[in-house]
Amino acid sequence: MHYLRALSAIVGRELLRFLHQRGRFVAALVRPLVWLFIFAAGFRSTLGIAVIPPYQTYILYEEYITPGLVGMILLFNGMQSSLSMVYDREMGSMRILLVAPLPRWYLLTSKLLASTCVSILQAYLFLAIAYLYGIQPPPVGYLQVLPALVLGGLMLGALGMFLSSFIKQLENFAGVMNFVIFPMFFLSTALYPLWRLQESSPLLATLARYNPFSQAVELIRFALYGRFEPYAFGYTLITMLVFLALAIWGYNPSKGLMTRRGR
Amino acid sequence: MTVPALEVEHVSFAYGSRKALDDVGFTVPPGRCAILLGPNGAGKSTLFNLITRLFDSPTGTIRIAGFDNRRKACQALARLGVVFQQPTLDLDLTVDQNLRYHAALHGLGRREADRRIAAELARLDMSQYRKTKVRALSGGYRRRVEIARALLHRPTLLLLDEPTVGLDIPSRQALVEHVHALARDGMGVLWATHLIDEVAPSDELIVLHRGRVRATGVVTEIIRRLAVATLAEVFEVLTEEDA
Repeated sequence: MHYLRALSAIVGRELLRFLHQRGRFVAALVRPLVWLFIFAAGFRSTLGIAVIPPYQTYILYEEYITPGLVGMILLFNGMQSSLSMVYDREMGSMRILLVAPLPRWYLLTSKLLASTCVSILQAYLFLAIAYLYGIQPPPVGYLQVLPALVLGGLMLGALGMFLSSFIKQLENFAGVMNFVIFPMFFLSTALYPLWRLQESSPLLATLARYNPFSQAVELIRFALYGRFEPYAFGYTLITMLVFLALAIWGYNPSKGLMTRRGR
Repeated sequence: MTVPALEVEHVSFAYGSRKALDDVGFTVPPGRCAILLGPNGAGKSTLFNLITRLFDSPTGTIRIAGFDNRRKACQALARLGVVFQQPTLDLDLTVDQNLRYHAALHGLGRREADRRIAAELARLDMSQYRKTKVRALSGGYRRRVEIARALLHRPTLLLLDEPTVGLDIPSRQALVEHVHALARDGMGVLWATHLIDEVAPSDELIVLHRGRVRATGVVTEIIRRLAVATLAEVFEVLTEEDA
């Protein structure tokens, strides 16, 4: 009971905070929408007439990048909550969480679930706007994409949490942006299919294939069209567990990076 | 024999090669207000990070209400209330929402949390601010909310890390009086400060300097032992000598 109360309080606090920060709410939506309405419009016919699964027929570029942009929401939000953890730690509210009388792994996992809930809220809002714009996957896809969003969100959030455990100050977040978010996003299948990358650079295609963000995007893409992609699922699940274990290690007072930091 | 609210035994800690705490040991009995006095950089914050388990203490033992904070971390933390030096309230949430969050982290149910929040706020004369956003409160009131929060789960030990930083004189006095009243009611209190005017003559005193405990005992006793006239002189004598 204690565990459940704490979890619901952590999730509730994260949602409340998100709703209070309207600027963040709008920014989180504007970013993928700009990509959808402007960037994708410019590249509309770029995919030509190639048919790639899970699509049944050839598709316009907007349709292709929609799951990638959902992934982008998860990626940016995962990293943003890592930023908020650095901020929280400096400001002290992370301390309040960490001195709660519950195992630390549980507190951190709850925090991760909370930020994933916020990501999912944003992702559905984006999908709703995309629907009005004409990107209309089968209705069942909206339900099936939920577990994919949970897993993808947890994986990217866990990566952010791990990074936050050794980022000393807020300023270092710019580094995370340049060295983690952008390479992860551009070196993935979010914006272009693997066969396109393969044509221009087999090396980049290989890197993109093993990028966990690519696998999360593919998991979302297939789920949104009512299909299950076991490889992407397995890959995302395993990387999620690895990142989570690293994050818990990073926040462990005796083994991780906390002890060396000091103040 | 009553179990001490806090026992610190042979605790050392280093940041790389720099020693922050060196064989620190003292006890805080229940119903006593212990002042951890030391200049900036004495190791007070490091000690607090070890007691709250934000850092791990590789050597020595720390027990809260008899529970080892490494081996029985959850039981130990359940008996600990903390007011950190940095503000830790969520400014965009109301007083009530902040307190509820804490109550849930400590496993209190909705009704019980409701009752205790009302009682703690009433005790601090803050009931009318329950639905106010923390951002709208002054520094002194925010500190009071943090104290109310630290007391919600009825801890055996209350830790305060320089809680009067940034407060005006009346707020400081009110805080000092309130905490002493809590100690009279049976709670063990450890109050870290570098301001000697926050110390009452009957308080337990722990003087920390360069990571080592230089003196422990009741304030008046230490003054007598060192054959000085005031606490200021005690502080001067104990923090001037080299490590």
